[in-house]
Amino acid sequence: MRCLLIEDNEKLANAVVEHLQLDGHAVDHAPTLDQAQGFTAVTDYDLILLDIMLPDGDGRDFLNAQRQAEKPTPVIVITARSAVSDRIGLLDLGADDYLTKPFDFAELNARCRAVLRRHSGVAANLLRVFETELDPTSAELRFGGKSIALRNRELRLLEVMFGAPGQVFSKSHLMDRLYSLNEDASENAIEVYIGRLRKRLDGSGARIETVRGLGYRLMAA
Amino acid sequence: MTPRPSIRRRLFVQLGCVAALLSLAFILVVREVAERAAVGTQDGILGASAIAIADSLRSVDGKVTLDLPYSALSMLGSTNQDRVFYRIATTQGTLTGYDDLPLPAAPPHLDQPAFTTLVYRGEEVRAVSVVRPIGPASNTTDVIVTVAQTRHGLAKISRQITATATGVGIGFFLLATALSLLAARAALDPITRLTDTITRRGPNDLRPVTAETPDELAPLVLALNSFMARLRSSLSRTEDFIAEAAHRVRTPLATVRVQAEVTHRKLNKPHHRQAIREMISAIDESSRSAEQMLDHAMVTFRADSLARDELDLRALMLDTCARLSPTAALKEIALQRDLPDHPVPFRGDGILIQAALQNILDNAIKYSPEDSDITASLTVDEEIHMTITDEGPGFGNMDLRRLTRRFSRGENTSGVVGSGLGLTIADEVVRAHGGRLALSPNPNGAGACVSLILPL
Repeated sequence: MRCLLIEDNEKLANAVVEHLQLDGHAVDHAPTLDQAQGFTAVTDYDLILLDIMLPDGDGRDFLNAQRQAEKPTPVIVITARSAVSDRIGLLDLGADDYLTKPFDFAELNARCRAVLRRHSGVAANLLRVFETELDPTSAELRFGGKSIALRNRELRLLEVMFGAPGQVFSKSHLMDRLYSLNEDASENAIEVYIGRLRKRLDGSGARIETVRGLGYRLMAA
Repeated sequence: MTPRPSIRRRLFVQLGCVAALLSLAFILVVREVAERAAVGTQDGILGASAIAIADSLRSVDGKVTLDLPYSALSMLGSTNQDRVFYRIATTQGTLTGYDDLPLPAAPPHLDQPAFTTLVYRGEEVRAVSVVRPIGPASNTTDVIVTVAQTRHGLAKISRQITATATGVGIGFFLLATALSLLAARAALDPITRLTDTITRRGPNDLRPVTAETPDELAPLVLALNSFMARLRSSLSRTEDFIAEAAHRVRTPLATVRVQAEVTHRKLNKPHHRQAIREMISAIDESSRSAEQMLDHAMVTFRADSLARDELDLRALMLDTCARLSPTAALKEIALQRDLPDHPVPFRGDGILIQAALQNILDNAIKYSPEDSDITASLTVDEEIHMTITDEGPGFGNMDLRRLTRRFSRGENTSGVVGSGLGLTIADEVVRAHGGRLALSPNPNGAGACVSLILPL
């Protein structure tokens, strides 16, 4: 991911840049709006992280100019102001999300991911099997006019199964999809998740079937 | 309580008094003029009659004789029932006529009729006397001719004129009163319009008044505008101060936190990492406190001049849930939304309600265990209930009322960063909107259930 950080606080900016680089992203840092305009003129970014109070102007003006010029690059505003006073103005100006200082990197990562996912096209991601819709962007399961929010791992598990209905997935395969190598979890955890997903799918056109000795598959109810 | 002075009433009463005085003066003047005209007419006829009688006086052999011309009396009596009296007298005695008809006190001048009003035989009469010297030039006798007439006809005319004048006067008074009512209203119309313009405004509309006003109101409008300008600048100073304070506190905290996290990633020794984690947790605690105190200041500030915008609580709730979903996802928490499928309109301050909801949701996410559900529901019956239910430790046995007090935290909060202002903020927001906060245990098992209840 190529990302532009517009932030005048040198120490903060350096740390954020270092963090994003450790995660393997390419980051440019602009301490002023003027330099930021120079960067955006020559490079297309996947994401812009924008501070509001900058030495040569208000970050909201930059945001406004971006939207006037119909540049689609998603913008996450990083503000030190109180959310109570600034929130509505930011979203009205076309910011995709905002973070208040101080923030933790896990939240910054999560918000970047969410914004990028929304931007990569909503309709393309929609999975529809057996009259049941899975929307990975909003992490929602929809059927019969109701929508159910899914926890992260529930979503990832269902994404696998909705991707290939009828196919049998072994427990160890599903484990690999859910947990990274340094997380230790027993195969029992999968059973817990499957049990919960069966409850979530209750009343929909799909159900999860146990194939004895092999694993699980998604079938029509 | 003394009634407050009303300009309209005073104006109306004053105009009414002027109208009454003018009407009264009109009645009196008309009656006076009419009476004088009537008296003049009677006097003229009386005078002509007396002179006609005097003209018919003759001196025969030193004796005064009279051939009374009846036309002289008939011209008096022809029009009405007024009775006519006459007396022709010399210094020696009455020649003819009513000899008890009083003579004028002072002998009138020659050929100058003298008029007087007197009571004769129980009736008011108007009398005229004329002196005529009769006889040869060497030996004249002064003859006094007196003619009198009762005043019934005159009184009748006078009554008619007075009645007419009074009628016209009262009519004039009533008309003037009605007009003064309209005039008072019209004169005060600009004040009413100015009041309307100002009362129609929202609580945050502090723009100067630009309505067309008459010159007399210009100083008032000027004073009002300068007052509003002062208020506006004072309000924006407060808001700026809170924002500036937030900025000053948060930026260095953010720097420290970010640097600590980067350091944490680079360290390998477990006890070093543990130290950094404790440091981060302390930073979180102070930043959370600062944030909530500033939020609280802003909520108190905004609640004083509560905006009444048209809101859709359903959209607002969806928005807030969407905003906090990534934070919840970090803890493997799913935000279930149980909302009606139609908009839920409400008049209030969207920023404040959002802040309240966000604080409740923040709390729920913080206190919920990993891998659990939080449900945000919106129901409408006689009131609007925005309810957040979690599967966390719940409120335990503690006094629920105490939780909404400033800086007071529950018993089951060990290990969670918080300042104890979240519920206070939510409580103040709903109170400002005429609602209340309800805390209860989760009805479906462990956990807490917090409701923002707003009036319809």
